[in-house]
Amino acid sequence: MAEVKEFAGKIKPDWCPGCGDYGVLNALQRALADLDIAPHNVLVVSGIGCSSNLPGFINAYGFHGLHGRSLPVAAGARLANHGLTVLVTGGDGDGYGIGVGHFVHTCRRNINMTYIVMDNQIYGLTTGQASPTTEKDIRTKSTPEGTIEIPLNPIALALTCGATYVARGFSGENLQLANLLKGAIEHKGFSLVDVFSPCVTYNKHNTYPWFRERVYKLEDERHDPSDFRLAMEKAFEWGARIPIGLFYKVERPTYEDEDPTLRSGIPLVKQPAGRANLAEIMQDFM
Amino acid sequence: MAKNSTSKHVDYVFRIGGEGGEGVISTGELLTLTLARAGYEIYTFRTYPAEIKGGHANYQVRASDRLLLSQGTNVDVLVAFNEEAYQKHVGDLRKGGVVIYDSDSFTAASHDSAILYSVPLASLATEKVGVKLTKNIVALGVVAHLFEIPLEAFADLLRDRFRHKGEMVVQKNLQALQVGADYIKQQTKRDAIRLGPGPRQTKELVLSGNESFALGAIAAGCRIYAGYPITPATDIMEFLAKELPKIGGYVVQTEDEIAAVGVVLGASYAGKKAMTATSGPGFSLMTEMIGLAVTAEIPAVIVDVQRVGPSTGMPTKTEQGDLYLACYGGHGNCPRIVLALSSVEDAFYSAIRAFNIAEQFQMPVIVLSDQYLGHRKATVPVPDPSKVPVINRRTPTPEELKQYKRYSFTSTHISPMAIPGVHEVGYVATGLEHDEIGYPAASNHLNHLAMTRKRYGKFHQVEAIANELTRQYGEEHPEIAIIGWGSTEGVIREAVQLALEAGYSVGALHPKIVYPQPLARLRAFLEGAKAVIIPEVNFTGQFATLLRKRFAVDFIQLNKCIGLPFTPQEIVDKIEEVARHVNSRRREVHAAKL
Repeated sequence: MAEVKEFAGKIKPDWCPGCGDYGVLNALQRALADLDIAPHNVLVVSGIGCSSNLPGFINAYGFHGLHGRSLPVAAGARLANHGLTVLVTGGDGDGYGIGVGHFVHTCRRNINMTYIVMDNQIYGLTTGQASPTTEKDIRTKSTPEGTIEIPLNPIALALTCGATYVARGFSGENLQLANLLKGAIEHKGFSLVDVFSPCVTYNKHNTYPWFRERVYKLEDERHDPSDFRLAMEKAFEWGARIPIGLFYKVERPTYEDEDPTLRSGIPLVKQPAGRANLAEIMQDFM
Repeated sequence: MAKNSTSKHVDYVFRIGGEGGEGVISTGELLTLTLARAGYEIYTFRTYPAEIKGGHANYQVRASDRLLLSQGTNVDVLVAFNEEAYQKHVGDLRKGGVVIYDSDSFTAASHDSAILYSVPLASLATEKVGVKLTKNIVALGVVAHLFEIPLEAFADLLRDRFRHKGEMVVQKNLQALQVGADYIKQQTKRDAIRLGPGPRQTKELVLSGNESFALGAIAAGCRIYAGYPITPATDIMEFLAKELPKIGGYVVQTEDEIAAVGVVLGASYAGKKAMTATSGPGFSLMTEMIGLAVTAEIPAVIVDVQRVGPSTGMPTKTEQGDLYLACYGGHGNCPRIVLALSSVEDAFYSAIRAFNIAEQFQMPVIVLSDQYLGHRKATVPVPDPSKVPVINRRTPTPEELKQYKRYSFTSTHISPMAIPGVHEVGYVATGLEHDEIGYPAASNHLNHLAMTRKRYGKFHQVEAIANELTRQYGEEHPEIAIIGWGSTEGVIREAVQLALEAGYSVGALHPKIVYPQPLARLRAFLEGAKAVIIPEVNFTGQFATLLRKRFAVDFIQLNKCIGLPFTPQEIVDKIEEVARHVNSRRREVHAAKL
């Protein structure tokens, strides 16, 4: 087993003291160490937002790209080298707002990678506007009279779009979160771990105490994660009781399994391009 | 063209017109391939409706025993499947040209300067062959017999093309070919067009610009293609979807163009050469990612097969309207390389060059093609990839890995690029301004200047390559100089030949890399020129505008903005017009007056 400190980055996180993202970073480093993956075989791709700064704070390869566009980049990297452990981190605005189109299709594509969304239900880096997961009627800087839209349901959306591992964690439940992340990384296929990661500065509604009063663990209630209908039912449970844990997990052939080139096993990047037999292709054009 | 009638050479333009979706394009392709196999040089031009069914479609095939540089100006043979095709194209027919038309569809009134052959194509197909759909093949039988193109060459091709549909289909098509030939035998030949077997003995390829580029991309080592379907670029994806899996690569069809270029950057960052191709609307969507590739220093090849814009524009028509976007699209100080394809043959070699530049300088290379070039087919000598050796990116040495700095400042401005899972280090590729290691440096003002200089330092080095890749035609230091870019090369070259034969002092310079521009070559070429014409298939003269930034020259623009390419004659006309001013000696040539 690798040491957690092997994954410690050289840059100190710039998150606010008390930010939920610290818990996610710790749980992720713990999960990677437990799985004994070498840091140079890990790639963390992100978009833009407080949580998208995470690749800088972990010792691994990283790609800190554009707002909402982390998933296609991660897919490209994974397909070029499916020997890599590919993780994608970001926030609710990045993944469920500007990038939701990619989210939908990445679920369908079922490429073997793990998407960790630090969901704080607010735009933190731009200092407090409503996000796609902000609850209805919440006053923010961009919604002084309260939000009009209902929030997006990431768990239900992922289930509908074909994600094969769908979980929700809470950065206040670090051990469970590390286990959920481990399960997600080990899972063969596209996994979503949506994490309640409170923004202590700009979200005065969904706070640590607010979550602590409401969350309960699915595993404590013997939830069967192979039952799709039950997972869907649990996805809509919100209010006095909010479930965290593994909602759904299913084995479905991954994109890598289905693609004839990738199925051969050797990552593309480790296959020399060689000189293709152009003569054979050119026969068709004579 | 007018010259044909006096020339001893074979040089004929065939145009086939009819209802879209009724086989006009496939008839044109069969004629193209037959003539190519028979030993002729081929240059086709396609226009077709944006609709899948209905609307007017036409396919033009120019065949010659000499190298062809353009689609030609006038039509020698028009095959009209309906009256619309006749009305639309009869005006383009040269004096004494031939019309073969379907007399079941309409009756053409006798024409002063055209020789008409009336053939009941539909009823011959229905009654003699028993399959109405074969009327196109009946028409090819007529063409073959009338113009003495070996019937067996058509028959061989039909066997190749329809073999997979079964012997019954092959026989029906062969029968249709014979029915057409037999019918026209009964009429007296009233024209002088004769082809016979062509002069070339060696085999050549018949490729479209899109296919040629895709083939070059494979030769360059590209093994990943990501894209979203868009006319007129889609056939690059379709070609590679068929070929890449055979050689250890694959195509990903993404949800949109942003994802497509995202996959390309991810794959390239992870160490594999990747590309995408699109047209204007998709290219507009990609601009943010281009900026990311510039700042994160990721090699990428992005092809824009231009069509008429803005917005949805005219999706199946040609234009050179995306040059500004290619050079300047995106925010910030954002250097990238723009390479323009000039011919079907060039597309193959330029594909390898595009990947080479992207890899060597670790930056995005935008390749501009257009509908005219992407969709036209031409005979090309079998491409030889060894003519352009493949260049791969610089990766870190063991020494450099010890204190690894992804964006280290070097004398060449090129830094070693580590590959995840291969090199036992780690770094973050980022769109944030960063320091040499790759750490965020969003408040380090002087570092930003140094990094901007690094990125432009790479860009400026490509100018030397741009100077090498320039081609020149006609006089080296002409009185009338022409500067072209992209797909107009052949047309300009043909126009220069015609103008030289007519006694004008004229020459043309054609850069392949249009950003950065080959300034040294341009400067030398412009020396002593009395007038400079810049022909472009766009409204404002985008290349002329870019060159005005670098040269205090009163460039004369020749712009065509109707969704169609130039004909050589249009360029010749402009040369003649400019020559009158140059030779008047009474006053300077002012571009504004021309």
